[in-house]
Amino acid sequence: MRGLRLFKNRIGTLLMKSLAFTVLLLLFVMGTGLFLRSQDLLAGKPISDLLFSSSWHPSTGEFGYLAFIFGTLAVTLCALLIAVPFSICTAVYLSEYAKKRTRDFFKSVIDILASIPSVIFGLWGVLIIVPLVKELGSIFSGASSTGYSMLSAAIVLSVMILPFIVHIVLEVLQAISLSLREAALAMGATYWQAIKYVVLRKALPGIIAACGLGLARAFGETMAVMMVAGNIAQISSSPFEPTYTLPALIANNYGEMFSIPLYDSALMFAAFILFSIILVFNIISWVILNRVKRRL
Amino acid sequence: MHKDKRFLEEKIIKGIMRFCALLLAGLLILIIVTITVKGLSALNISMLIKTAKGGFYLGGEGGILHAIIGSFCIAGGATCLAFFISTPIVLYINVYRKKNSKLAELIRFSFNVLWGIPSIVYGAFGFTCMLFLGLKASLLAGILVITLVELPILARGIDEVVQQVPIEITQAALCLGATTGETAWKVVIRQILPGIMTAILLAFGRGIGDAAAVLFTAGFSDYIPESLMQPVATLPLAIFFQLGTPFPAVQNRAYASAFILTLLVLSISITARFFSRKLSRHRIDRL
Repeated sequence: MRGLRLFKNRIGTLLMKSLAFTVLLLLFVMGTGLFLRSQDLLAGKPISDLLFSSSWHPSTGEFGYLAFIFGTLAVTLCALLIAVPFSICTAVYLSEYAKKRTRDFFKSVIDILASIPSVIFGLWGVLIIVPLVKELGSIFSGASSTGYSMLSAAIVLSVMILPFIVHIVLEVLQAISLSLREAALAMGATYWQAIKYVVLRKALPGIIAACGLGLARAFGETMAVMMVAGNIAQISSSPFEPTYTLPALIANNYGEMFSIPLYDSALMFAAFILFSIILVFNIISWVILNRVKRRL
Repeated sequence: MHKDKRFLEEKIIKGIMRFCALLLAGLLILIIVTITVKGLSALNISMLIKTAKGGFYLGGEGGILHAIIGSFCIAGGATCLAFFISTPIVLYINVYRKKNSKLAELIRFSFNVLWGIPSIVYGAFGFTCMLFLGLKASLLAGILVITLVELPILARGIDEVVQQVPIEITQAALCLGATTGETAWKVVIRQILPGIMTAILLAFGRGIGDAAAVLFTAGFSDYIPESLMQPVATLPLAIFFQLGTPFPAVQNRAYASAFILTLLVLSISITARFFSRKLSRHRIDRL
């Protein structure tokens, strides 16, 4: 009887342990898998040609990612520019000024906003943001725009990453000890001065990490961006012009992947670029966040 | 004078911050109201009980029942699989190992990173695996990829509640002569049941709403799948394809489908919150 129980325990432990180690390998396997798949393309061309050329003509074998990388970066950075100040303000208000009931209410709002699927955000963007940007475009740039543009994508994207950034910044702010604030207030600082000079300064690494996570999230967002960005690969300085992002490139062309040689490996290389950039940002942000949490 | 300036600054800043918070709530309301108003006017009952007939995407007869069922199949299967993979791992790093061991930290870290990988990358990776294994776009492949997407969500959710189980409960069980396995699977798991329900529902909601990962792997079809090897339609993709047609009638259906999806996801998310508050019958907070 006793032997059986111990035997069961040993087998169970072994199984669970191996499962745990398998998950550790998952990231590595994903990276390698995508990299091996894009070997066909990489074998034929030097990597610098691929990354710094903007001529994308799969039928003649030209694969230049520059326009797509530019589009992704532009949309992501614009989205961050809108979302970051907004979410820091919201998080500071909820953490420092709001009562507990208000804070709990807003936590539910954030969670619900985060649970809405990206297709719904895309549809909302098509219905509300695109016409709005079209109006703005005709006022500011004069030229007629369809509204499907970089700015629309950035606005929709910023709404999507808002809940993530607010959530993490709020967590960081709440982890800062009350006595720090009390000390500042006791010295005669107003609430805002205590926040500005003590709380925010202490939370700065955490806030930067939150922005990093938001950036990674925005970088890989596919459906919503694809629905409102217009999907024309070009390097343009006007936010009212359409743009094309890496995830949208992968999602839009999976159908004809095998009709053109090298096309499948080109798309997998796009996925590999995405994967590596997001991996780097995620790892840096989580290292910072873990360190911040341990120190507080 | 100097004092006035300080308080004025405080007042202005506070006003801006409050405005931001209210705007956030306003955005959520705006999104829900937009989808509801557009969707309700286009919704009719035949959309819910019929599958797509020929020429559905040209404005023909039919509904999106196949997509709703397909989404439930994929998300349901994936949530089951992800649950059976993530629970043992989380219990292992929390109960079998010492508190905050190196391995536990490492696994938590990799779940955090996996959580940040976008679903399009999971889709591309899944597609690579399918080519490697010779699988075609099918329900099975869709389930497997969504399992990968849901795994970090579930694991993080469960881990959060397991960490809150007081160490005394584990110690008490071990003192009574239970093996570590019995402690984990009969004592600790009962403590975290409501938390697990919440995590499962949240992961399920994410699985239902995900489009980018199933784009490659589950394919798309016009009927209800009969086996694991058939391609399957999903609700988010149905919305996307309907919206992509130039016909207003079909686009209206996309609005109605979006309303259904929003309703599903919101009710799942609200139920999850309900579970996390109420269902804590077996929970002991302190010994």
